[in-house]
Amino acid sequence: MAKILKKEVISDGIFRMDIEAPEIARRRKAGQFVILRLNEKGERIPLTIVDSNPEEGSITIIFQVVGHTTALLSHLIEGEEILDLQGPLGNPTEIKNYGHAVCIGGGVGVGVVYPITKALKESGNRVTSIIGARSKDLLILEKEMAAISDRLIVTTDDGSYGFRGFVSQALAELLEKGEKIDCVFAIGPVPMMKAVSECTRPYGIKTYVSLNAIMVDGTGMCGACRVSVGEQTKFTCVDGPEFDGHEVDFDLLMKRLRMYCEQERVSYERNQCRCQNG
Amino acid sequence: MKEISVGVKMADKIKIPRQPMPEQDPLIRRKNFDEVPLGYDAETAQKEARRCIQCKKPGCVSGCPVEVNIPLFIQQIAEGDFLGAAHTIKETNSLPAICGRVCPQEDQCEKFCILGKKGDPVAIGRLERFAADYERAQGSVEIPPTLPATGKKIAVIGSGPSGLTIAGDLVKLGYDVTIFEALHKPGGVLIYGIPEFRLPKAIVEAEVEYLKKLGVKIELNSVIGRLKTIDDLFSEGYAAVYIAVGAGAPVFMNIPGENLLGIYSANEYLTRSNLMKAYLFPDYDTPIVTGKNVAVIGGGNVAMDAVRTALRLGAENAYIVYRRGREEMPARKEEIHHAEEEGVQFHFLTTPISYSGDENGWVKEMTCLRMELGEPDASGRRSPVPIPGSEFTLDVDTVVVAIGTQANPVIPLTTPGLETNKRGYIVTKGENGETSRPGVYAGGDIVTGSATVILAMGAGKRAARAIHEFLSRK
Ligand SMILES: Cc1cc2nc3c(=O)[nH]c(=O)nc-3n(C[C@H](O)[C@H](O)[C@H](O)COP(=O)(O)OP(=O)(O)OC[C@H]3O[C@@H](n4cnc5c(N)ncnc54)[C@H](O)[C@@H]3O)c2cc1C
Ligand code: SF4
Ligand code: FES
Repeated sequence: MAKILKKEVISDGIFRMDIEAPEIARRRKAGQFVILRLNEKGERIPLTIVDSNPEEGSITIIFQVVGHTTALLSHLIEGEEILDLQGPLGNPTEIKNYGHAVCIGGGVGVGVVYPITKALKESGNRVTSIIGARSKDLLILEKEMAAISDRLIVTTDDGSYGFRGFVSQALAELLEKGEKIDCVFAIGPVPMMKAVSECTRPYGIKTYVSLNAIMVDGTGMCGACRVSVGEQTKFTCVDGPEFDGHEVDFDLLMKRLRMYCEQERVSYERNQCRCQNG
Repeated sequence: MKEISVGVKMADKIKIPRQPMPEQDPLIRRKNFDEVPLGYDAETAQKEARRCIQCKKPGCVSGCPVEVNIPLFIQQIAEGDFLGAAHTIKETNSLPAICGRVCPQEDQCEKFCILGKKGDPVAIGRLERFAADYERAQGSVEIPPTLPATGKKIAVIGSGPSGLTIAGDLVKLGYDVTIFEALHKPGGVLIYGIPEFRLPKAIVEAEVEYLKKLGVKIELNSVIGRLKTIDDLFSEGYAAVYIAVGAGAPVFMNIPGENLLGIYSANEYLTRSNLMKAYLFPDYDTPIVTGKNVAVIGGGNVAMDAVRTALRLGAENAYIVYRRGREEMPARKEEIHHAEEEGVQFHFLTTPISYSGDENGWVKEMTCLRMELGEPDASGRRSPVPIPGSEFTLDVDTVVVAIGTQANPVIPLTTPGLETNKRGYIVTKGENGETSRPGVYAGGDIVTGSATVILAMGAGKRAARAIHEFLSRK
């Protein structure tokens, strides 16, 4: 059981929670995630650890309501408990001084890139961050990202704030201007990670992406999370979640993410009914 | 021969036929997840027990990996002392309700039963199950006395049969035992792998509750190697560590199309269904693909469990695709028989070589090759050789790959000095589970590779003794 210490709505349908988890808080490193299960009938879903506070014994997660379980989670209030919380899982990000690092987050992926950005900044990198959302009111963590970046570029698809367009287009502009970039971390929707990887490929800039494959156990036991990287099958939960963006088969990942579309709709609709009735 | 078992003469004993196990009707059970064999009633159990001729040098005992006093417990059943029978078994086997259901008795005790020479062996497994179920139904599971506390803490990693067994043995010796389990439910393969229709989860849960009553602590959601390492456990004051993490990593065939949608490892398929109760979707949240034409690749217990699960999830055609022949299948005879009764279709001497999918990435067809048996391989089984030009296709919408598992590297990678062999299994010295690291013991599938419940338990028992000796010396 893990108690919810703090809950905040940070944008439309996007929530931040601090959860009591002293051992995970002490141990976790940037890039790792937890798997949680809300109740006896619940499914197991992975969520990135955005931050931790070892003194207080808590970790922070950020999630967007996209289906049944995230909807249920968003209804929990401070003081309520999460039945199962397992972690930290996955390999930590390889943090070192690369030189000039560009950290790119799209949508709720900004929450995932945040701890990596923070760790890169702390280990001496010059950090440019590019964060984006569909529109201004969906943008998250702008202040936090600004505080840990040497430069912050904000994009919105509709142009309601900052650069009009996708994060990958903002990156392309930097590259075209001849800016020297030593590595890129890109996290967000699969098409965005794919676009960023295509941008950097001609320049041969090392590009890391963090994959959000479907998972069950998170310990390498089931293979639900398998992805194809450099023509080889890898398990996201134990071999990742970060991989070389130039090697990942994004099209396969996108298809595999749709494996339970139909069932997810059934679950979500049932849940909505339950909420309306209750 | 002394006249035992309530006055049945030897000649009459041999005339009693082996008592059949009452079972759910195949056509009904293939649509539900309830247990298939229903269990003996007291009268049938006593009748079966009376068949035992109480050998002076019982073959059955020598065939039992944990040397249960089989003639004694059978005699107790014959005499109507069912609780006594359960206690006799529990002297050496702490999980009889489980073993009575999943042990391959035909390769163990029953294989060596003298009656098997001329006719059918005594149904030892069914009697074991009967005694254990009787005890549980009475609600009179005895809490044995534990020795005074030694003040020493022991960490057990993994809560499968090996971990549960050692935890029970060590807590009785007065140790403070904590099991660390990666998943949210204890039991290992017994919970996530073996389906409800073969091993009701309530039985595993009862065994775990029993251990908790004895004082065993269980820390769930704790992946050792990630949350903390074995070295961390020692610095937290644990005096010894037992590694019983199983051989849980799935093996794929690495053939084209294997990552298409609808293709599962057996571990994932069974975990979704058993641990996450996907067969009760949408009442439970975890989904599973319920295909109409399901092919399961493999011929072991895992493959039988997967293919029978597929039927119960609504498959119209459920196939076993196995590269050797019927005789070579490693699954328990009873499981093969049950699968056949339920309508599973077998493709022997067949192996898949590729899968093709539709435009959305879903598997729709599997290309197979026919095989023939060649020379015996290292395991003594005749190895299959492909017949050139024998390709054919099978329409499938779900595939379950059940060709085996391998060691998960998380613990070895995070435990400096822990020796593993080239396949990643932990190397132990001799029989008692001692590893290359002092105070660290290991047993079960992580040492032997995928084996059986009873062998994993036996390893736990021997390691319990070894750890007790090691800590008594200190
Ligand atoms: C589907 C299936 C059917 C089977 N049928 C039979 C049968 O009929 N008869 C039979 O005798 N045998 C059968 N077997 C084999 C038998 O189940 C295994 O040999 C036995 O369970 C091995 O026991 P174990 O304790 O070594 O490991 P497991 O039962 O595998 O348990 C290991 C436990 O350790 C946990 N773990 C792993 N890594 C970590 C970590 N880093 N930190 C903490 N915990 C961890 C796992 O989550 C798991 O709970 C079957 C196996 C399967 C998969
Ligand atoms: S070998 Fe068979 S007949 Fe002999 S004691 Fe064992 S169960 Fe009884
Ligand atoms: S989630 Fe099961 S292996 Fe990765």
